[in-house]
Order: sequence, then C-alpha cells, then structure tokens
Amino acid sequence: MRVVKVKNAVKRFMGATVLDGVSLEVDAGDRIAMMGPNGAGKTTLVRSILGFYHLDAGSICVEEHDPIRERVKVLASVSFIPQLPPPVKLTVTELLRFVERSTGTPVATVRSRAEEMALDLERHKHKPFFKLSGGMKQKLLIAIALARKSRLLIFDEPTASLDPKAREHFYRLLEAQGHEYAAIYITHRAEELEGLVNRHITMDLGRIVEDVRV
Amino acid sequence: MKNLFLVAYLDIRESLRSKWFYVYAFVFGGLMGLFFISGITDSVVMGFTGLSRLLLVFMQVTIIILPIFILVTTVKSISGDRESNILEYMLSFPISLKEYYWGKFLGRFVTVFFPVVVALFIGVLWGLVKGGELPWAMVGLYSALIFSLCLVFLGIAFFISTLVKSHDVGLGLSFTVWIVLLAFLDVALIGLMMQNRLPDGLIISIAMLNPLEAFRIGAIALFDPELTVIGPVAYYLLDTLGHDFLMLYAVLYPVLLGGLFALFGYYLFKRKDLL
Ligand SMILES: Nc1ncnc2c1ncn2[C@@H]1O[C@H](COP(=O)(O)OP(=O)(O)OP(=O)(O)O)[C@@H](O)[C@H]1O
Ligand SMILES: [Mg+2]
Repeated sequence: MRVVKVKNAVKRFMGATVLDGVSLEVDAGDRIAMMGPNGAGKTTLVRSILGFYHLDAGSICVEEHDPIRERVKVLASVSFIPQLPPPVKLTVTELLRFVERSTGTPVATVRSRAEEMALDLERHKHKPFFKLSGGMKQKLLIAIALARKSRLLIFDEPTASLDPKAREHFYRLLEAQGHEYAAIYITHRAEELEGLVNRHITMDLGRIVEDVRV
Repeated sequence: MKNLFLVAYLDIRESLRSKWFYVYAFVFGGLMGLFFISGITDSVVMGFTGLSRLLLVFMQVTIIILPIFILVTTVKSISGDRESNILEYMLSFPISLKEYYWGKFLGRFVTVFFPVVVALFIGVLWGLVKGGELPWAMVGLYSALIFSLCLVFLGIAFFISTLVKSHDVGLGLSFTVWIVLLAFLDVALIGLMMQNRLPDGLIISIAMLNPLEAFRIGAIALFDPELTVIGPVAYYLLDTLGHDFLMLYAVLYPVLLGGLFALFGYYLFKRKDLL
C-alpha cells in the first residue's frame, strides 16, 4: 500500500529553493534511512509531509489525504519525533493526557513503552517536560511515538542523544512493533540504523540524489 | 470541540505555572482590588465622589498596563512556542488548527481576565462586609468594559503572532501598536485638530475608532454621565450619540474589533506556513 506520495515538491523560503522538485513514494513496509548534508532539505521535506508548509509547486498525499486540508486524518496515523526535543512546558502528566485525548492512545500504553525504554515516568510525572534530561526527553518522545501504533513513523535523528543501551532498547521496541508500518528516519550515521532499514535515500541541495534498496 | 477545551485547559495550567501570570495577577488584580476596596470604603464616608476619583486613577492605570501586558505576554508565548519548535511538536498530533487556535485563545482569555474577576469579587465582598452601598450597575458595567478591553488586545496579539513569525518583530510591533494607541488618546489627536482644520466630527470619529478611547470614554461615562472630565468633546458625543448608545459602543466595539482581529489571525494561521 502506498503511504506517502510526494510529486515534484518545490518549497522556497525567501527566494531560496529548499526543496527543488522532490518526488518520493513510500510504501507500507519501507524503512528509509534519509541522509544528506546539513541544509539539504531533509527536515523541510518531512515537515511538508506533516502539513506544516504550503508547497510552492507539486503535491503531497499521505494515504490519499492532503496533509494540509485533511491534517487530522493524516496525522492520526503518523508519529513524529522532531530533530530536537521541544522545550514543552507541560508536565509529563499533562503531555500524556494531551496525547491520550488527541490520539486515543491510553496513558498506560505510553507508560509501558517508556518502561521498556528504561524510563520511569512515575518518578517524573509532575516535572515539566523541558526539565527532563536530554536523553529522557528523547526516550519519552520515542515511547509516545511508538505507543501510538502509527502506520507512518517520521523520526528526525531519533537516536542523537541516546546512550548505547537506550539505543538497544529503541531498536528492540521497533522490532517488536506488531503491525505493518513505514518509517522515515533522518540520520547522519546510517550504520546505526543498519538492520532496521531497507532503503537509503540521500538528499542534497533540495533534491533526492540517491535512492537505493538494501 | 473536546480538543479545543483540552488546549485551553493545558494553556491555563501552563500560565498558572509561569511567573508572568503572578506578576500580572499581583499588579493588576491587586491594583483593582485596592481601588475597589478603598473606593467602596471611602464612598461610605465621602459619598459617591470618593469611589469615582479612585476609579478614575485605576482606569488610567488600566489603560496603560493592561494592553501592553496582554500584548507582550501573548505574543511572547505564541511566537516563543513557534521559535522553540513546541508548536511543531504539538501540531504533529491530530488536532485541527481550529481547535488549537481557538483553544489557545480561550485559555489566554481566561488567564488574562480571571485576576480581574477575582479582584472585583474581593472588592465586592469587602464592600458587603463594610456594609457600604454597592454600586452594582457600575461594578457590572466596569467589568464588561474590562472584558472588552481584554478581548480586543488579545485579538490584536493573536493577529500579530500569526502575522509575523519572528519573536522580536512581534514584540516590536506590539510596542508600536501600544504606543500609537496611547498617543492617539490625546496628544496626537490634539495636534491633528490644531494643524489641519478637519471637521470636529471626523476627528472625534477617528478617535472613537481607538479601542482605548472607547474604553476610556465608557469608563468615564460610568461615574461622570456628563463627561465633564474630557472637555468640549463630551457635548458632541452626548449630543450625537446619547449616553446609552455611548456605553453600548464602549462595550461592544472593542469586542467586535478584537473578534475581527482574532479571525484575521486565524485566517493567516490556516493560510500561511505553520512554522
Ligand atoms: N522556516 C524556514 N525559513 C527560512 N529558511 C528555512 C526554514 N526552514 C529551513 N530553512 C532553510 O532551508 C534549508 C534546509 O533546511 P533543513 O532544515 O530542511 O535542512 P536539513 O537537511 O534538515 O539539515 P540538518 O541536517 O542540518 O538538519 C536551510 O538552508 C535552512 O536555512
Ligand atoms: Mg534537519
């Protein structure tokens, strides 16, 4: 099944072309490692898939839906982890409540995912999210993203601030996802994701310059 | 709809944990409480005028403090959320932009208006305890005026935050709006009257487009139905509009204007890149 279809996407910021005619198709079961130098347009591409940007040309479909006009439908089946953990001021409890109410994912599910990531949420539940350590934030974001059982995962450098053990947990959780999903991992170290991915995409200067199955 | 209230609720919780809220509640609520308490106490002793003079002072303070407080804290929080990528994360969940935007608006409104209500309440309680005669109509109308004032500046703040992406530009724009509106309360207006020989009616109409002016005149009309404080303009206003219409205008116009700005803001929010 086709999960994402990007057709000739062009995005300019103040005259600078950041996406220069990107076309990309992602099918269910595709696990993509997306690479490329800083400023290549990787984050811009995934943000466009999430409906944050209005394209200057081209189109994007996520499971037949337009990510801007039908954002609720699209985002209901997408889990996203941003490049840097955002300094969310909600407490852990409030954040989990937000997740539960907006996505229908029970707090208990997130909590057990967090436990599998060796993160004890009970101890930190009254802390504002931004006061957690960098690694803890990352773990919680991963726990939330995986608890949602989404059909599309978009992780912008998910392992950047994880210690080696946490990285292990992360891989194990991904392998244990009991349902079909497609994933786009943005990374600068493809070797870290070896075994998890089956497709390598490289971007440069707003274009996809390489797309190979491995 | 359920997400709208969720967003509002979480925004309120967040504000309750932030320092600005306490500074605001303390400064504004405290001032208002004080003026009401001493006003009501005094009015027993001195009659109506004791309360009025204090209200006049309080009103001036409100006109200066309230707008800038609302503008700065709102623009800071909204464009701050965008710049620190909080917005990116929160909006990656399946909630509609409508629920997010209006939920934030509702949450903000509650936090901004709440201290005012509490202060009013304390003032009224105090008055009851002291056994003074409570000017109920006045308290009610004054609250309505402050409600409109909160709403109009909240609307402008939301408009500014969606119009400009950058935090600094947003704050700069907020200050500009504030200064211009304050200046046109008096100084600039007088200058205009003296230099250009515009018809009085036109000048007064322009002045009345300023929501601060609407609030000021409404508040003055509350306890000085002849509007003697504001001079000759008063005759014109009372003659052409009448006291009741003036009050209605002072309450409704800012609500409409604020709603309009908030709607424009929402339109931009939907039409432009979110980040
Ligand atoms: N909102 C924006 N406004 C203006 N320019 C932007 C915006 N977002 C991204 N850019 C520009 O677009 C280009 C691509 O940025 P992008 O974040 O997509 O790169 P990236 O491939 O994710 O890089 P990195 O590996 O460093 O994360 C950069 O030159 C960046 O400055
Ligand atoms: Mg990036």
